[in-house]
This record gives sequence, C-alpha cells and structure tokens, in this order.
Amino acid sequence: MNSFWLHPSLILILGALALPLVPARLKRGYLLLIPILLFARILTMGYSTSGTVHFLDWTLVFGRVDALSSVFGYIMSLMCILGTLYGLHVKDDAQHIASWFYVAGSIGCIYAGDFLTLFLFWELMAFSSVFLIWFRGRRESLGAGYRYLLVHIAGGVVLLGGIVLHCNAPGHDWSFNLMDVQHPTPAMYLIMAGFILNAAVPPLHAWLPDAYGEATFNGSVFLCAFTTKTAVYALCRGLAGMEILVPLGVIMALYGVVYAVLENDCRRLLAYHIISQVGYMVAGAGLGTQMAINGACAHAFAHILYKGLLFMGCGAVLHMTGQSKFTELGGLWKKMPWTFVFTLIGGLSISAFPLFSGFVSKSMIVSAGFEEHKYWVGFLLLLASAGTFLHTGLKVPYFIWFGKNKPKQETWDRAAEPPWNMNAAMIVASVLCIFIGCYTPYLYKMLPYPDLAAEYHPYTSYHVFETLQILLFTGLGFFLLLKKLVPDPTISLDMDWFYRKGGRAFLWLARKPIQAADTFIGELYRVAGLVPLMLSARVAGMFDNEVIDGMVDGLAESIRGIGRRLRFAQRGQMQQSLAFAFAVAAILIIAFLWYSKALAR
Amino acid sequence: MKLAKLIEFLRDRLKTVIWISCAVLALVVVLDAIPAVVDKEHAHTAAEHWPGFWAVFGFVGCVLIIILSKWYGHLGIMTREDYYEDEPAAAPKERNHE
Repeated sequence: MNSFWLHPSLILILGALALPLVPARLKRGYLLLIPILLFARILTMGYSTSGTVHFLDWTLVFGRVDALSSVFGYIMSLMCILGTLYGLHVKDDAQHIASWFYVAGSIGCIYAGDFLTLFLFWELMAFSSVFLIWFRGRRESLGAGYRYLLVHIAGGVVLLGGIVLHCNAPGHDWSFNLMDVQHPTPAMYLIMAGFILNAAVPPLHAWLPDAYGEATFNGSVFLCAFTTKTAVYALCRGLAGMEILVPLGVIMALYGVVYAVLENDCRRLLAYHIISQVGYMVAGAGLGTQMAINGACAHAFAHILYKGLLFMGCGAVLHMTGQSKFTELGGLWKKMPWTFVFTLIGGLSISAFPLFSGFVSKSMIVSAGFEEHKYWVGFLLLLASAGTFLHTGLKVPYFIWFGKNKPKQETWDRAAEPPWNMNAAMIVASVLCIFIGCYTPYLYKMLPYPDLAAEYHPYTSYHVFETLQILLFTGLGFFLLLKKLVPDPTISLDMDWFYRKGGRAFLWLARKPIQAADTFIGELYRVAGLVPLMLSARVAGMFDNEVIDGMVDGLAESIRGIGRRLRFAQRGQMQQSLAFAFAVAAILIIAFLWYSKALAR
Repeated sequence: MKLAKLIEFLRDRLKTVIWISCAVLALVVVLDAIPAVVDKEHAHTAAEHWPGFWAVFGFVGCVLIIILSKWYGHLGIMTREDYYEDEPAAAPKERNHE
C-alpha cells in the first residue's frame, strides 16, 4: 500500500460489525451516522488511483476514483442513507448489518480497478443481500432466497471463468478497463454473461422479481438500488459499445412491461419495471457513444432514487397492512394519502414526466439512439415508456389507493400512514426526484462527460410536447381499458419455471431411476463380489492382524482428533455451511491460479 | 387530514375532472400542431411531423401493450397462485417482521 487510503466500504463494514455493541438508546443516531460518514467520505475523494495492494502476484486496486465511478459512488452512498433512514425503526441488528455489507460490496465493485477486487466485492453483494430476503421469515422467502443465491453463484462462476480466461490471455492483465468490444472473444462473452445476469437481462432475469417481491419491506428498498446498477456500471466500464447489448436492452425494456400487465403483486410489478428501466441503461451501454454513456449513468442515478421511492411507497403499504397484492388492496387514499402522493411522484419520475427526474435522464438514451440513426431503438424505448407510465404511474397508484376493490376489514383497520422515519425517507427521495427534474446541472455536472451533458437540453418544446402526448394518451388508454386491467389473483410463469420445475425433475431423477440403479449395482456387487471377497478377506485378515493394526490405531487416533475439531466447525446451519464452502472454494481457486502462474514461469 | 379532503373534493366532482382532463388532452394535441409553439426542426423521421403523431403513438402503444400482454398471459403464462406449492414442505420457524 503506497499510503493510507480509507476505502469507503470499510466504513460500512466496520460500522456494521460494531453495530451490536452500540447501546440501544444511541442506536438510531448511530444507524444514521455511519451512512452519512460514508457519503462524506465519498464526497471528499478526489480523482485518483489509490488503495493499491500487492498480493501474491497481483496488484489489487481498491480505489480507482474517476468520473464514472464517482457518479455511481455518490448515488449509492446517498441511497444507503435513505434506505437506512427508511428502516430506522427495525430493531433487528442483523438486517442493518446485512444491508450495509451489501452496500459495501456494491461500492467496492464501483471503485475496483482490477478484476479480482471486482469479483471479491461482487460475491460479497450476493452473499449479504440474500439475507434481506431470508429475514422476511416466510417459507416462500426461504425458497426465493436459495434460488437467488444459487442463480448468483452460477453467475459468479461464469464471471470468474470469463475473468480467468480473459486475464490469462496474452497481452492482457488483471486491470478492469474497457475491453476490445469490436473483437469479442469467448472470455468476454462469459464476462458479459456474468454482468448481464446481475443486470437481469432476459433470459437471465427471473431471479429479480422472484427475490424482490419476497424480501423484507425495507430489504427491497436496498435490493432495488444496488445489484442491477452495479452491473450497469460494470457494463459501462468494461463493455461500452458492445453491439449485442443494444437489442438485449430493448428486449428487456419491453419484456418488463409485458409482465407488469399480468402482475398482481405490486412489488413484483415494480421489480418487472426494474428490468424494463435497466433495459434503457443496458441499451445505452451498448450504444457506447459519449451521449449514451452519459444517459446510462444519468438514468441509473435517477432510477436509484425513484425506484427506491416506489419500493418505499409499496413497502409502506406492505408494512402497515401486511398486503402487497392488488386483489387484497384498494381505496386506501382515505388512510394513507401521503404515501399515495410519494408513490405518485415516484411513478411520474419513472414515467419521465416533464419536471420529474426520469425526463432529464431517460431522454438522453433515447436521443442517443436516434442520433446513431437506430430509429427502432428510439421508437421501441418510447413505446416502453408508455408502458412504464401505464403500470407504475397509473396501475400501481390506482389499484392500491383507488379502484373498486374493497380490502378485508382487517387490512383496512391496520392501514395508516407509516412511522415518521419512513415518511422522512420518502419526502427526501421525492424532493430529490423533483429537484433533479427541475435543475438539470445538479445531475449533469456529475456525469462522465460533463461538457457534452451541458450542451444537452431536455426542455425543448418539441421534447416536452412529444412526451406529454405519449404519456397523456397512454393515460386515456388506461382509463378506457380499465376493465381489462383489473388484476387477477394469479402468478405469471417466467424463466424461473425452468429451474423451479427443473430442480424438481432432478430430485425425481435422484429419487427414482438413480436410486434404482444404485440398488441394482449394490445387489450385483453383493452376489458377484461376495465369494471372491470372502477368499481374499481371509488372506487380508492375516495380513491385517500382523501389519495394519499398528498403523491403523495411530491413524484412527489422529482422525478422531480432527473429527473433534471439525465438530465445532460444523454448526449444522445450511446457510453457514454454504458460505463456508464458498470461501474454501474461492481460496482454492486463488491458490490454484497462483500455483499455475508460478509453474508457468 | 387536509390531503384526504382534497382527494375527496376531486372525487365528488369526478365528471368535471374528466372534462378538464379531456380538454388538456385536446389542448396538447392542438398546441403541438402549431409550428410557432412547437419547433419540429429536430424531429428525426418524417412521421414525427404529422400532427398528433405522438398522441396516436401513445394511445395505440398503450392499447397494444395491454391487449398483446393479456393475450400472452392467457396462453398459460398466468396460472394459479399455488402453482409452485406442492414442493416438499419444510416449514421453518416463523420469524415475521412485518
């Protein structure tokens, strides 16, 4: 290490570890202090490359601070403050610890200057965020958490495979920079697959609605901000201009919209709209022009705030009423009017209404598409934004706070405005959404190409009227077809069908044919093997008595000793064992890499 | 609560609200068609110069999204809520934070 450089993630990690020691009366202040310290640390970091550590054969770079990483670091630490404020009244330390580790992982990825550091924090994100799902404590959330973890482990392995192949190729080193996207290699496709799994690009997206709909009410506020946007950052950093990302992004944008029509759970609907919105950013990264990268970053920035706000609004409904399904809700405007207003502000922001944040960010990507003369990109993304307003701006508020449906008496009685801290988080997020929409230099100055952004003017009469017409007439369509949009109490099958049903097929295979084969072979051994075995056993017995016994006794003694120690290491908890197994695997891989490198020399 | 009163006030006058909304829709389309108000110099395609193009785009897009998605959903994508539930039940202890 050249000089001491305080990694922002370290503030969160140490803060999280010390949390259980903080006395109860100081806890709330402490919970706010740590994210604010993180934010302050990120504000004070000038552009530089610091935190360089030489480890074995590698140079790990923990602190690459430049324009691209700064804008992501800024918004993520800001969101950490808002998310923690939102869940401030949660008494369970473990939930705060999990979310802070998760944010630490995400920020670690943002500032990572080499692939190994990136991968390390990438996995930290997956392994800490899964607890935000498990802590909900329902049987469904346990299953959803395991699926989430398994999908992300698979994605991590693909990413690691890509990294190892890419970095060991001649002429490459471990630094994480823009790759040669004009000549993609198989290794780059593997890295891309790892990235777009986290960005939830179909068909690798089903983990997202599955998990985010099942997480705790405040866990989803964290989840919706970090995993996908870290992946967007990684795509902008490493694979900007990769052609294939453009059609993938456009498909995503529309895919989320289609599923949102069918969805009955408000948080799953919002989750499908994350896929849709991240589609814009992935398309922006794929276009790769300066304007498009600006757009992808600006949209990620705005998205983290308004999507956090939307999840806060729906989370407040879930927290107060215990319900998140449209068929169980309705008419709540009398009980939770302010939550309605905040959610509506989130809805107008995501729909890119003039004066709201989405308007000044989304349009950059659309314009970049038009400027590259990819008209289909522009038109299809505009179509998706009609769909966005249709669901998030209209369907969510309408069917929760209005609509003809009457909730159960019990739900109705429980409904009330949420605690002050949840309201405060929603107020701050709402104000920021409007501020970004009204005062563009705030966001535009932070973008990777600020000069270009300063020349971009979203508030031209043409753009305003184009947007107003699309959105208002979408609203007309919504109210005319309202009957068709009344949600049904159903779930929609998605790509997770393959592993949820496929997993069951695998279990059946293991139980039936494989077990039968096993029994058969066992029987064969018994019959065909027994006679010769008895003969050889007699010979072996004599040998055994004389020679082996002495050795075995010694061996047995030492094995018993190891077993005694292992018994303490094995705590019987599946989660812990999984994490432990993964850590061992990671160490083995690193050891192997180092060894093979040493041999190659 | 004042906000709830305001919403109630508007709901009581739903007809008026609907008329005003329709008037706003018409106004937006009309203003868009006046070159002095909206400069279409930066439009990328010829179609964008047609008056009301984006209004039709928004409306038709919205209707298409609803109808096509519902059609897709009824192909068998939408299914009963307990579809995945005949899994071997290993009920963990309840730990509900809600």
